[in-house]
This record gives sequence, structure tokens and C-alpha cells, in this order.
Amino acid sequence: MVAGTAEAVSASWVAAIVLLPLVGFLLNGAAAIGTGQRARRGEAPDFRHWTYRLPSWVGPGVVAAAFVLAVLQAVRYARADLHGPVILRYFAWMPVGELRVDAAALIDPLSLLMTLVVTGVGALIHVFSIGYMGHDPGYPRYMAYLNLFVFFMLVLVLGASFPVLFVGWEGVGLCSYLLIGFWFTEKANADAGRKAFVVNRIGDVGFLVGMALLFAHLGTLDFVEVAQRAPQIFAVGAPAITAIALFLFLGATGKSAQIPLYVWLPDAMAGPTPVSALIHAATMVTAGVYMIARNATLYTLAPAASLVVALVGALTAFFAATIGTKQWDIKRVLAYSTVSQLGFMVAAVGMGAYVAGMFHLTTHAFFKAALFLGSGAVIHAMHEALHAVHRHEDAQDMRNMGGLRRAMPVTVAVMLVATLAIAGIPPFAGFFSKDEIVGAAWLGAHGELPLSRGELFGVPGRVWLGFIWGTLSLASLLTAFYMGRLLLYTFFGRNRLGLEPHLHEVGPSMRWPLAVLGGLSVVGGLLNVEPEVPVVGWFRALAIGGPAALHHWLAPVFAPAQALTAPVPEAHPTAVPVVLAVAIGIVGLALAFGLLRPDGLRPAAEAPEERGLARVLYRTWFVDEIYDALVVRPVVALARLGDRLIDNRLIDGLVDGSARFAQGLGLLVGRLQSGQVNTYAFVLTAGALLVLVGMALGFLQG
Amino acid sequence: MVTDVVPLPVVLTLSGLLFAIGAGGVLVRRNAIIVFACIELMLNAVNLAFVGLAPHAGFEGQVIVFFVIAVAAAEAAVGLALIIAVFRHALSVDLENFRLLRW
Repeated sequence: MVAGTAEAVSASWVAAIVLLPLVGFLLNGAAAIGTGQRARRGEAPDFRHWTYRLPSWVGPGVVAAAFVLAVLQAVRYARADLHGPVILRYFAWMPVGELRVDAAALIDPLSLLMTLVVTGVGALIHVFSIGYMGHDPGYPRYMAYLNLFVFFMLVLVLGASFPVLFVGWEGVGLCSYLLIGFWFTEKANADAGRKAFVVNRIGDVGFLVGMALLFAHLGTLDFVEVAQRAPQIFAVGAPAITAIALFLFLGATGKSAQIPLYVWLPDAMAGPTPVSALIHAATMVTAGVYMIARNATLYTLAPAASLVVALVGALTAFFAATIGTKQWDIKRVLAYSTVSQLGFMVAAVGMGAYVAGMFHLTTHAFFKAALFLGSGAVIHAMHEALHAVHRHEDAQDMRNMGGLRRAMPVTVAVMLVATLAIAGIPPFAGFFSKDEIVGAAWLGAHGELPLSRGELFGVPGRVWLGFIWGTLSLASLLTAFYMGRLLLYTFFGRNRLGLEPHLHEVGPSMRWPLAVLGGLSVVGGLLNVEPEVPVVGWFRALAIGGPAALHHWLAPVFAPAQALTAPVPEAHPTAVPVVLAVAIGIVGLALAFGLLRPDGLRPAAEAPEERGLARVLYRTWFVDEIYDALVVRPVVALARLGDRLIDNRLIDGLVDGSARFAQGLGLLVGRLQSGQVNTYAFVLTAGALLVLVGMALGFLQG
Repeated sequence: MVTDVVPLPVVLTLSGLLFAIGAGGVLVRRNAIIVFACIELMLNAVNLAFVGLAPHAGFEGQVIVFFVIAVAAAEAAVGLALIIAVFRHALSVDLENFRLLRW
């Protein structure tokens, strides 16, 4: 523990922040067991029973309490004006030989920021869930899983070493699996959960290998010690550090849904919509970005690996955005949008723009949670309207929507604001964060990032960064387009199923979290604006207060990593990339609103089949089919071969053979058991004589 | 060394003969009572050997003899009771008829 931190960081507060959601999990879990037992007895769910009422208080309550504690802790930390992380050791968890892993929390600006995002957005989504899930028979189970998720996510962001982070990493994976397959009685949902689990395992293997390599070279897995020792042991660009960084990144591609392991995230939409908002948009999927930012030192030491990270991020951003333009399921549009935005974040941390990456992570948590909860509200309203007219159309297909604007004023306002935010229109949140990432690529292309001097496959870093800038800009254009398309088809025109009289705005427990997230989508970008900046800065001081912009707050975290690179020429602030980025956003929205005609659309049931490029995009570039042919089927074939050859022939042959051998021997020897006492006596005597003769001849020594 | 006793080789030969006769009876005879008597013969052959060897090898052997006599008495009681029980059950003491204990 760093000396003099007693007043800055409270070990018991931090423990309470982490453990409160776990307590919530246990209480809600008890309620879930109660409802489960009554369901097994065949009783209909009684929503007035305490098992259904308790989760509404406990679930959001514990997360909100954790959020309040986190805010207090962050204020205390900021007031203490600390330089450097504070480590709270609770107990020795795994002392194995040279490896010593403590259950320890790492408190620094980065982990505090993540804690605030997780508990803040988490609390809002828990409140939203009361209205959205309150009448599901599995409601207590749902709240229990959601609380458990928050617990593991806090372990992930507050853990002071790789193994503790990994516990959280796997824990959130488990909760993700449980919640994707929440309605597990439908096979598609259970399959989606399994797919998420399996795909993430592939990434986790990489993560584990990276961790093992790190321990082999550095002899420690504590973040602080790794960051201290790595620069002493590895030269910049050494093969070992590049391998470690790439293996760790493989883990990040699984968790943060990057090429080639992004395929699970769109399927993860099978879970309840608030789950998509919390786990598969705002928090868990950003764990990979967080992990890379947390290990900024390692990635700074491996410029080639960093370029790979940035490239993969940029390509994912573009690729997912192309798919997003042709999806009809409202949640799938948002899912591909999430993959795309995660690509932006990964590109940012790959380029060494760690603050920009974390900033976008934060604002994305606001506006993407708003978009998902908004889509949840839309689906909820569509569901009830379809229920009212006894129709069984798809409540998530945008072709069946339209005209929701009039019935749902709050939802449409929030969705509009969040769309402007994600499209990068000033002064909404995404403008500040996304344009900072695209701007970083622009600077890099002009040789003003340390990474510009890196090299990959013999091509200099600035060329790659120029390519990344172009890719990200195209992705921004597509982002604005598909979001405009989503708004247009969902809320404008007339309703294509004629549901207008039955559409209603959602209840207050869903409206309020939406409104708060909408508000955050407006002002969230101000987090990283200097107070001195005219107009925007003053507005920020009014809206948020607080003295330091995000990059001042995070600066001490990334200072050691930045100290490793030779200073680059002073960046020349230029308005060109900003103007370009805003123009791209506006053009994208304008294209959507100018080209698309919501009233020309036919409902999903009568819609013609897609052709040409539209079909390729709708079927997501056939990636699932390609993976199926290249990976799944060979693996299944191999498994079948192993089943028939090794298991059925070799293993079963050995087992059956040994049984048959023993049986045969028994049959043979059993003949000696005649039941005739004289025979036994004869054998006995003969044996005794044999021993005697042997002794007499001196073969046996008595 | 006492002279007016039977010499040791004679005692041991007699003991060996008695033991062999007993063992042969156990092996070839089928009447359970005869087999039983043969076992007694074997036991007493061993007793004879113990007693004969006692002046040369120490007196512990004679203690063993008393044990053997005591145990043989118990064994005779149990064994004869078993044979009577078997006879009541099968009206025969021919071992040929009792072959239940086999595979």
C-alpha cells in the first residue's frame, strides 16, 4: 500500500462497492430459487409474492449504492491529488512457488472511471429492467444474474493483477452466457449463448498464453510491477513482447468482439434487451479495450503489435458498419453498430490514443445504452400492440414498424439524441470522443503520433495510420447512414402494420433511465473539454462542474507508457479532421433521410427477398457460413473421427478387452473349483510338499 | 542324555509315518468321519514329533503340544457336530455328495 493514502482510498468502501452486487445476487438468487420451486410444482407465477417484489428493490438498490460509494471514492481520490495507483491487498489468494497472487484492488483514475461507468450505467439499466422484465416468470433469476454480472465486472476493472482480472473476465463471460440464453427453452437462444461461450474461449486461450509468457519473462503478474519491469527487460519491438501483446489482444478480440471473433455478439441479441444494453454494449464488451489501456506500457513497447491492434479495430469498425446498413432486426443493427464502435475504441488504444479510447468507451456506454434501451422500449411497445390485435408478427423487425414517433415522444427524443451522438454531430457526446479517435489517426498519418515511426510488414506506421484514418472515416459515414435509416424506418412514416391506435409510450421505470441516458448522450462529451475552451467549456463547467478534463484525470495512468516513446514534434492543432468528420456525419444522416423512403417499405411478411449486394450484407457477408465451413465442420468431423476411431475402437477396445480377458481367465481357472474337498486337500498337500522339497534342495530360504 | 528311551530317529520316523498315513487318509477316503479321524492322526503325529524333539530343542515344544490338544478337542467338538448336522440334512456323510462349493 502506498503511504499516506489512508484518507484518499478506503479499503472498506472499495470492498463494499464490489461486494454489494454480490449480496444482491445472493438475495435475488434466493428469490429465484423460491419462484423456481413453485414453478416446478406447476403453480402460476404470483407477481405480488415477495420473490417477485424483492428483486425490484434489491437489484437496482445494490448497484445504485455501489455507484454512490464509487462517486464518493472518486471524489476522495481526486481531492487527495495522488500521483500513482493505490493497491489494496485484502488477502493472499494464490501463493504458488514464485507466483504470488493477492486478492488486491488497484485504485487509479482508470479503474475509478470504469467503476463509475459500470455502476452508473448499470444502475440505470437495472431500473429499466424493473419495467421491462417485471412480468417475466424468471424475473428474480434475471435480476440475480444481472447483479452477479456487475460484481464480476467490478472484479475485472478493480483487480490489481492479471489473474484477478481474469476471474472477472471469465465471470462476466459466464453471466453473459446465462443471460443470452435467459429464455433457454427456445433452442436458438441457448445456441446463441453457447456460441458466445465457445468463441470467447478461443480468445481466452490467447489471453492465458499471453499471461503465461508474461510471467515467464517478468516473474510477476501484478499490473503495477509488470509496467515497471517490462521496460527494463524488453527492448522496444522485441519479439517476445510483440508475441505477448498479440496473444493478449487475441483475448481482447473475443471479449470486445473484433475480427475474427466478433461473430458471437450479434447472436447475443437473443438475450433480453436491457442485457444487450448493459453487457453487450456498455460494459462487458469494453473489457478488451480496458485491458489494452491498462497495459499501455506493454503495447507501447510493441509498436508492430499496436499497429495490428489499430488495424483490426479499424477494419472491424468498417466491416461491421457495412453489415449494419442492411439489417432489418432493430437490435441486430445496434449489435453491428456496437461491434463497429468497439472497433473505433480498439483502433484508438492501438494507435496509442488511450485517453481517446477510454473517452469513447465512456460516451459510447451512454449513447449505446440509450439506443438499446430505446430499442427495448420500441420492442416492448410493438409487443403490446401486436398482442392487442392478436397478431404474431416479429416485434423486432423494422419493416413492421414505422410511425412510432407520435406514440412514443420520450423514446424518439432519446433515440434521436443518441443517434446524433453516435453520428458525431456536435455538441453531442460522440462528436468529442469519436472525432478524437479519427483525429488521432489523422495526426498519425501526418507523422505526429509515436506510432507513426513504427513499422509493420515493412510498411511505415504513418502509411498504416493513413489507411486507418480512411477506414474509420468510411465507417463513420456508414454509422451515420445506418443510424439515420434505423430512426427513419422505426419512427417516421406511417405504421406498416396499422398498429397506430395500439402503440403507447412505456412506463416511468423505463422512461426515466432512458431520459437520463439521453441527457448523458448530450453532455457526456463535455467530460473531455478544457474549461478554458470558449462556450463549450463554459457550458461544461455549468453542466458537470469539476476542474479537470478526462485526459488530465487519466494522464498519470498513461504517463509511464508515454515516457517510453521519444517525444514527437508538437502536434499542430488543425480544424481539418474535425470539419471533415462532422461533414461525414451530416452527409451520412442526409443520405439516409434523402434516399430512404419509409412508406415504400413492405412489412416483413410480404417483403421481397434481397438480391445482390443487399443480400450479401443482409446475410452478414456470409461470415457465419464461412466459419461454419472452415472451422465448425472440420472440428465436428474431427470430433466424429475421434469418436469412432479413438473412443469407440481404441479406448472402448481396451476397456472391453480387459473385461473380456478377466472373464476368460475366470472361466478357465474356475474349472479347478470342483467342490470336491479331497481335491482341495490334494492340491494343498502337493503345494506343501513342493515347498518342502524346495526348501530341502535349498531353492527357498526359510 | 537319557539312555533307556526310544532314540530320536525312531520317534521321528514313527511320527512321519503316522502323518503320512493321516494325510493319505484325508486325500483318498470319502467318508467324512474317517477323514476327520485322519486329521486327528496328523495332529497327533505332529504332537509326537514335538514331544520327541523336546529334550533336544527345549521345552517350548511341549507347550505347543498342550495347545494342539486343546484346540484339537474344540475342533473335534465342532467338526463332529458339523458332520451330524450334514448327515441329518443329507442322510449321508460321503464327501462325494457335497460339491456345492464350486464355480
